Amino acid sequence: MSTFLRSFLTVVWFGLAAVLIAGLLLWVSSLLRPSKPGREKLLTYESGVDPVGEGWSQSQVRYYIFALLFVIFDVEAVFIFPWATQLERYGMFGLVEMGIFVFVLLLGLVYAWRKGVLRWV
Amino acid sequence: MFALLAVEIPYWGQSLLRVLGGLVAVLLPAGTIVYLFLFKMMSFMQSRLGPMEAGPYGSLQLVAEVGKWLQKEDIQPESADKPIFKMAPIVVLMSTFLLVVVVPFGPDAWFTDFETGVFYALAVSSISVLGILMAGWSSANKYSLLGGLRAAGQLIAYELPMVLAVMGVVIQAGTMNLQQIVFAQNASSMFGFDGVGNPYVLTQFVGFVVFMIAIQAELTQAPFDMPIAESELVSGYMTEYSGFRFLIFFIGEFATAGVFAMIASTLFLGGWGIPFAWFGWTSMDDVSNWMNIAGPIIVITKMLVLTFLIMWVRFTYPRFREDQLQRFAWKVLIPVSLANIMATAVLKVAF
Repeated sequence: MSTFLRSFLTVVWFGLAAVLIAGLLLWVSSLLRPSKPGREKLLTYESGVDPVGEGWSQSQVRYYIFALLFVIFDVEAVFIFPWATQLERYGMFGLVEMGIFVFVLLLGLVYAWRKGVLRWV
Repeated sequence: MFALLAVEIPYWGQSLLRVLGGLVAVLLPAGTIVYLFLFKMMSFMQSRLGPMEAGPYGSLQLVAEVGKWLQKEDIQPESADKPIFKMAPIVVLMSTFLLVVVVPFGPDAWFTDFETGVFYALAVSSISVLGILMAGWSSANKYSLLGGLRAAGQLIAYELPMVLAVMGVVIQAGTMNLQQIVFAQNASSMFGFDGVGNPYVLTQFVGFVVFMIAIQAELTQAPFDMPIAESELVSGYMTEYSGFRFLIFFIGEFATAGVFAMIASTLFLGGWGIPFAWFGWTSMDDVSNWMNIAGPIIVITKMLVLTFLIMWVRFTYPRFREDQLQRFAWKVLIPVSLANIMATAVLKVAF
């Protein structure tokens, strides 16, 4: 196996280690802790009063437009990173190119700003 | 790490050693941060002593706490979505473990040496939001749901400034490999003066400030702690968690603080290195083997300095409002970090 794949295998081992350590501690704790479930105890917590309605209540997601903007900017970041590593090779040409790219992006942000999207709705 | 040992170790042995090293690298900073900063420093800042009973100056308080949590009953609310409810803390802890994989601790003391280490760190750091959303949603509790949604919105908003702030470092170093970023900081000089190397906190100060603010928000520490705002949402997405599952969230929070501080110190403070000019090292191969021992200590020291900053801010400032938070991210941090990128690029090409 190549070293590249091996280092990703290490990532897998670390993920498994997290699951194992959490599982181990929860298992130890299950040997020690008491278990006396009761109706009152298993009720959903709502500041001491009986829960009203279902737990999965509807809630307004106020920032979904932010989430859309986030996708755009994050993809842009993916484009900028490879350019950033090779800037020395590109020199002036790369600088001007990326200047135009970032300027267009900034235009998008300014447009969203002026449209009042970056406001708490 | 393994060049130090004279004997050849088979792959499974190396992996085991790495995982054990990873456990230490995650849990040791978490314990240190909780005792040193959360118990003691916070107490002193509030004119009280903090824990004093368990061990000298309460230094065994953590052991007592873990012993206490181990014996707590594990209550899972009846209406909760049980499998996801149980999985959520583990996902949060897993994201911490995946994050520590990229941090280099010495010339040979690393877990993985990715060419795109920065990319990997930024990608993996957003896994924890999945765990938080799972916890918030599966609890079937209104406080939890609101807390989970707030956390998601906050992490989305501050992911971007973080990514853009790191970009300046990548431009300056010309690589995304964390090991080479450390090398670039310690081997280079400023205006011909090589006494302190060139830690990017000096040349990328704007990026450093933006990055620290962004990780403060990513860690949901005050003033960015709306997801667990106890005066509004009881305990946010953790409301229904009790006993050891709650403790896993808690460990995850502070372990992530430690790992983020390690990544910040690698990117901005020179990581495991000391200025290479002191010893006349000019390439990665020149670096002495003893750096593999000294490196982790240096990283931990720098990490403690940065976590001190994080905790200091946490204990000092009052909470933001949710709309102020979003406005701050989009209207201040993102334009500032975009300007920082362009300024860095212009200077890089000019010199």
